[in-house]
Amino acid sequence: MQILTILIPASLLLGGVGLCGFFWALRTRQFDDPEGDANRILMPDHDDQPAP
Amino acid sequence: MAHADTSPGLISACPACLAVPMAVETASRAPAAAAHLMLSLPTAHCAACISTVEAALLAHPGVSSARVNLTRKHVSVAASPGMTAAELADVLEKVGFEAHELDPGLLSATATDRQGRELLIRLGVAFFAMMNIMLFSVAVWSGAEDATRDMFHWISAIIAVPTVAFVGQPFFRAAWAALRVGRLGMDVPISLALILATSISLYETVHSGEMAYFDAAVMLSFFLLLGRYLDHRSRALARSAADELAALEVPRALVMEGGIAVPRPIAEVAVGDLVLVRPGGRMPVDGVVVSGQSEIDCGLLTGESLPVFAGPGAAVSAGAVNLTGPLTVRVTAAGRDSSLHRMADLVAVAEHAKNRYTTLAERAARVYSPLVHLLSFSAFGFWMWKTGGDVRFSLNISAAVLIITCPCALGLAVPAVVTAASGKLFRKGVLIKNGTALERLAEVDTAVFDKTGTLTMGEPRPIAAEYPEGAKAVCLALARASSHPLARALSNLTLTAADVTDLREVPGYGVEGRYDGQTVRLGRAEWVGTAPVAMTATYLSIGGQTWSFGFTDQLRPGAAQVVARLAAQGMTIRLVSGDTAASVGATARELAITDWTAGALPAQKMAIVNGMSQQGHKVLMVGDGLNDTAALAAAHVSISPASALDAARVASDIVLLGRDMSAISDATRIARQASRRMVENFLIAGAYNLIAVPLALIGHATPLAAALAMSLSSITVTLNAMRLR
Repeated sequence: MQILTILIPASLLLGGVGLCGFFWALRTRQFDDPEGDANRILMPDHDDQPAP
Repeated sequence: MAHADTSPGLISACPACLAVPMAVETASRAPAAAAHLMLSLPTAHCAACISTVEAALLAHPGVSSARVNLTRKHVSVAASPGMTAAELADVLEKVGFEAHELDPGLLSATATDRQGRELLIRLGVAFFAMMNIMLFSVAVWSGAEDATRDMFHWISAIIAVPTVAFVGQPFFRAAWAALRVGRLGMDVPISLALILATSISLYETVHSGEMAYFDAAVMLSFFLLLGRYLDHRSRALARSAADELAALEVPRALVMEGGIAVPRPIAEVAVGDLVLVRPGGRMPVDGVVVSGQSEIDCGLLTGESLPVFAGPGAAVSAGAVNLTGPLTVRVTAAGRDSSLHRMADLVAVAEHAKNRYTTLAERAARVYSPLVHLLSFSAFGFWMWKTGGDVRFSLNISAAVLIITCPCALGLAVPAVVTAASGKLFRKGVLIKNGTALERLAEVDTAVFDKTGTLTMGEPRPIAAEYPEGAKAVCLALARASSHPLARALSNLTLTAADVTDLREVPGYGVEGRYDGQTVRLGRAEWVGTAPVAMTATYLSIGGQTWSFGFTDQLRPGAAQVVARLAAQGMTIRLVSGDTAASVGATARELAITDWTAGALPAQKMAIVNGMSQQGHKVLMVGDGLNDTAALAAAHVSISPASALDAARVASDIVLLGRDMSAISDATRIARQASRRMVENFLIAGAYNLIAVPLALIGHATPLAAALAMSLSSITVTLNAMRLR
C-alpha cells in the first residue's frame, strides 16, 4: 500500500497538467476553428498569417 | 457615411435618433479606423477553398488581412476604411465563391463570447474532478475498507468540495433567481441535489461513513454543464429584431433652405420642409414630389418588381430608392410617423407575441420539478417515521433520490438534439438563429412564400426573342448609358454596340440618342410612343418602328424542389406577394402553386399570416423584403435568404446562407425528426428513473447505482440525438 503515496499524487499531477493544458488551449483560442485548422496543415503554401 | 462635418454638440440634442450620435462617437474615437468586415462563405469546405479565398482577398488592393474560419464558414477581413462588403463579395464571386455580408457584431459576439468560455472552463474543471474522483470511487466500490476508504473519501472531498462550489455557480445563481420570483425551475432541484449530496457526503466522510456521493455530485454537474454549454452555443446566434430595422432608416436628409441643400438629422426635419433626394438615394421621409422626374424602386417596401414613375404630385414613402433623376419632396411625415417607422412598430408587436412560446424542455421541467421535490421530501419524511428519527439515514435516502431523479439526461435531452440538428443544417447552409426555432419549425403545417427576391432572384432577365441585329445593337448602346435595373440587365447582351451619339438620360422616362440621323429611344412605353404589353418590359423606338423587350424574373435555384417537397410533406403552400397579378400568377403557374395572392401590402401580409394562425395553422413564412418583415415576425417560424434586407434577416428565425432554396425542405424534415428525438430522449430519461427511483426510495441506491444510472442515461440520450439523418 506504500505505493499509493506516490501513485495518488502522480495521478493528480498528471490530471492537473491536462487541465492546465486545456486552459492554455482555451486561452490561445484553439477551439475557434477546429475544422479550418485541420485543413490548413494540408495547404501547400506557407501560412504566413497564423491565427492570433 | 460622412458624419465628420457635424458637430457632436448639435447632434446630442436629438435623443430620438440613436444611430447618428453612435456613429459620431465611433468616428471621433478612431478617426481612420480600418474597416472590419465579415462575409459568410456557404460553399467553402476544404483546404483549397481557404487558400483560394484568402489569396484572392489579399490580392485585392486595400485588404490588409483575410482569415477564413471553416468551422463557422465565414471570412473576416481587415481593410482600408471605406471598403464595402459588396466589393469584396464581387471579388469572391470571380473566384467562384458565393459570399454574403454578415453583421460582424453578430459573429464576433460568439467568437469572443465570455459567457461561453466561462462555461467551457467550468466544464474542464468538472471533467478533471470527475475523472480523478472516479478513480478513487472505483477503489471504494470494489471493496476498499477502513483507513483506505476514509483516505479515498477525504481525497475525493478535497477535490469535490471546491469543484462543486466553482462549477455549480451557474445553477446556484439561476436557482436563486427562480426562487426569488417564487418559481421552481430545473435549477432548484439541481442546486439542492448538488448541495445536499456534497454536504451529506462530507458529513459521512468525517464520521468514517460507508457511502459518499462525491462522484455523483461532480458527475451530475459535469453532464448538466455539458447540456448547458451546448444549449448556450446554439443560442448564441439568437438575436432580437426591432432595433436593427430602425438603423436602416436614413439618418439624414438634404433639406432645401433658400435654394441650398443642407444636410440635417432626420429628427429635425419638419412636416412641410422640402427635401432633395439624389439619384441612388433612399427616401428619408414620406412625402409628395414637388419637382423633378424619376423612377423609384419600391421593391423593398411593396415587393413590386417594376420601378414606378414619379413626377410632381406623386406620393413617395420612406425607404424607396430613387433611381434616375433628382427629386424634391415636400415632407408629409418624418421620423416616428413615417411608413418605415410604422412598419418597425408592427414588427415589435409581432415579436412580443412570439416570445411567449414554451419549449418542450420548459414543459417537461414544469411537470418534473415539483415531482422531484415531492419524491425526495416524502422519502425523507417516510424514513424519519420508519426509523424513529434517524436523520442521518433519512437524509442519505433523500439525497440519493434527488441525485437519481435529477434531470441529468433531461438537461442533455434537448441541447444534444439541437446541437446535432443545427450542426447538420449548418452544413447544408441553414443558420438557426433562434434557440426555439427548430421546435417551432417542426410544428409547421402551412408555408407562405414571398415572390420577389425569395422564390425569384429579384433580378430581371431579358426574355430571349427574335429582334433584328440592328435593333439589338442600338438597344445595347442605349442601355449602357443608364444605371436603371432593366437597362443594366440588357447591357449584358453579348454584341457589339451600335454607334449611337448624343446619349442623354431623361429621368423618369428612359434614354435617348441619335443613330443614323434618327432619334432613338429606350424607355417607358408612352414616352417611346407605343402601347405597353402585359409584362415587365422596356421599349425601343428607331425612327417610327418600336420593339418591346420583355423581362422575367429568374426563379431561385431549388425553388421548384422546395415547393414540391414541402407539398409532399403534407404542407399547404401559399404565395403572397406585393407584385402585380400578372407576374405573381406566372410564377405561381411555373411552381404549381394554386393558392396565390397579389398586390398584398405589408400589413395585409401580416394579416394573412395572423388569420391563418388564428384558424389554428402553424405558419412558416419565407420572405426577404421590408414588406415581409412584419409577416416574418408574426409567423410561427420564419426563414429568409442571405440576400434579404438586414431587417428581414433580423426578424426571421432561420437564415439560408446559400443561394439554393432546397435546404428549406431539409430543414423542415430535420426539424420534425429532431423534435421526435427530443420526445424519445425524455422517454428514455424517464425510463431510467422508473427503474432507479424505487431502488432509491427503499434505500438500496448505492453511489455505484447512482453513477451508473446517470452516465448510462446521459450516453443513451446523446447517442439517440446523433441518430439524426
